[in-house]
Amino acid sequence: MNGTKLILTRGQATGLNRPLALTPGQDLKGYVASLLGRAVLFLITCTSVLAVLLIFFFVCREALPFLSKISLSEFLINTEWYPEADNARFGALALIAGSVYVTIAALVFSVPVGILSAVFLSDIVSFRIRAFVKPVIELLAAIPSVAYGFFAVLVLAPWMQNKFGFSTGTNALNASLILAVMALPTIVSVAEDSISALGPELREASYSLGATRFETIFRVVIPAAHSGIIAAIILGMMRAVGETMVVWMASGNAAQIPRPWWDISQSVRTITATIAGEMGETPKETPHYWALFALGVLLLILTFSLNVVSEFFLSRAKRALGKQ
Amino acid sequence: MQNNKSGVLESVSRRRKNKGKLNLIMDRQKQSKSESLNNKDTAECACSIVEAEDFSFYYGSTMGVKNITMEVFPCSVTAIIGPSGCGKSTFLRAINRINDLIPNTRIEGTLLVNGHDIYAKKTNLVNLRQQVGMVFQKPNPFPKSIFDNIAYGPRLQGTTKGSKLQQIVEESLKAAALWEEVKDDLRKSALALSGGQQQRLCIARALATRPSVLLMDEPCSALDPIATGKIEDLIEQLKSDYTIVIVTHNMQQAARVSERTAFFCLGELIEYDFTPKIFRNPGKKQTEDYITGRFG
Ligand SMILES: Nc1ncnc2c1ncn2[C@@H]1O[C@H](COP(=O)(O)OP(=O)(O)OP(=O)(O)O)[C@@H](O)[C@H]1O
Ligand SMILES: [Mg+2]
Repeated sequence: MNGTKLILTRGQATGLNRPLALTPGQDLKGYVASLLGRAVLFLITCTSVLAVLLIFFFVCREALPFLSKISLSEFLINTEWYPEADNARFGALALIAGSVYVTIAALVFSVPVGILSAVFLSDIVSFRIRAFVKPVIELLAAIPSVAYGFFAVLVLAPWMQNKFGFSTGTNALNASLILAVMALPTIVSVAEDSISALGPELREASYSLGATRFETIFRVVIPAAHSGIIAAIILGMMRAVGETMVVWMASGNAAQIPRPWWDISQSVRTITATIAGEMGETPKETPHYWALFALGVLLLILTFSLNVVSEFFLSRAKRALGKQ
Repeated sequence: MQNNKSGVLESVSRRRKNKGKLNLIMDRQKQSKSESLNNKDTAECACSIVEAEDFSFYYGSTMGVKNITMEVFPCSVTAIIGPSGCGKSTFLRAINRINDLIPNTRIEGTLLVNGHDIYAKKTNLVNLRQQVGMVFQKPNPFPKSIFDNIAYGPRLQGTTKGSKLQQIVEESLKAAALWEEVKDDLRKSALALSGGQQQRLCIARALATRPSVLLMDEPCSALDPIATGKIEDLIEQLKSDYTIVIVTHNMQQAARVSERTAFFCLGELIEYDFTPKIFRNPGKKQTEDYITGRFG
């Protein structure tokens, strides 16, 4: 310190000599770089937004002629789906119901299991076990859905038929069980991330007031992470709604609403499976062809709105954490 | 055990009685040890309520504190001072075993609270933490309303009646000098409070469980001088009934509020004595250097 100045502090007080205004006159290089950077980012963003818009546009364009042939209310309310009959009927309600059935049933299985696993991983097991188990659970997401489909048809279906005496092994229950397993990695992973992101402070506060682990988890941890948990559920739900191959193989593909309505041991058919199954053998520019696109629009609207809702909850989760 | 008290004052008299009993039991074994630090003011509580014997705490292979031997006496304020990273928080957090949440930690020696070895296998952590409350270094309110934050502890203890909770919340907020600022909207989210207000909320929350020992880890580091003054007044008020252990970087604060001061350095207890002695006539060179600012 005595006499010799540190390199770090030499000339600092008078050293304010780099331009502070980002104009072409003062700093051409910086100006061009920032402009270019923004332009490139803008273009890239545009491309992905454009792709989404184009898909939407294309699907809607193919679906529009259908609306001029068949009324929207018939499409949404009628349960008869006989696209190839002489007197063709395009009631999609049974298909919508099929999608809703397997999705909700899948969530009934996967949400409690998923959230409890997430809490278990974040708050109960040791760090080493968690570091091992979480990647394994996430690996479930890497199994191709055809493999799940095979399992459903070859293992689960005969087992259900023999064990419970269902009339068919490929049914709504079968499909939703498989979907539940497929949604689990998403739910566990996203929920665990948001629960762990809370950090130790809230837990310490809770324990220091004499809470047990159970009380801490259910009164502090889960409520504090609820936005992230809801987002996890919705992401898992989107996985289930959009899944095609597994429901095509496991649901039995009968376009009917089960009777009585709660009997999920009956076969159903989903929107996705219908599109995938019928698109290949339907001639272009026929009412059937357009009807399939109308189903596509329905599906898009459904997943888009789910996506928006999950974004809302995820951003709320982030904001809640930011405020701490 | 403290649920049925209706007010701070009542709880005071009750606790005094408890301490009297406690004295009788523990006097015999503790008398010899506490002689060196016997204080006329706190003669009625002459035995220690927290006692560390050769206590060491390790984070994995990193040492947090080493070979701490000290006693904390009831109904008094004990300050812990020392340079950053010397293990003040580690020791404080060991007293209510909140460090348990950190993986891979290990202790050596014993730490007695009210004569019970709290690191023994059969320790009731819920009871320990309800009676040894804590205010953390960083404010950590729950993302709930102000009311629910403070009612959290009492609710865990089984108090569910609205009027009772209301009363506890009001008293605790008043004690922590926050009542005037928040009384109009107790339903507001605690996260909408300023940092200093959050810290006072955390103090109120800790008081609401009516602990006997209150551990405070730099409770005033986020507060302005006015709020700091209020907290110091609060400590002054509380010390006749509570046992307070306070970590602080503020030497004047330690001198103002505490009866005894412990000086930690590099994980070890360098000196522990009455506060006036530590500040006027420290026994060790290291202590003197730190207090006079010649540390390092
Ligand atoms: N969670 C942890 N994991 C590993 N090491 C830790 C952890 N917490 C503290 N330590 C280490 O233990 C030592 C004591 O830390 P401690 O937090 O007790 O210091 P402190 O005296 O409270 O400091 P400050 O005044 O800055 O709060 C430090 O060397 C620190 O690096
Ligand atoms: Mg500290």
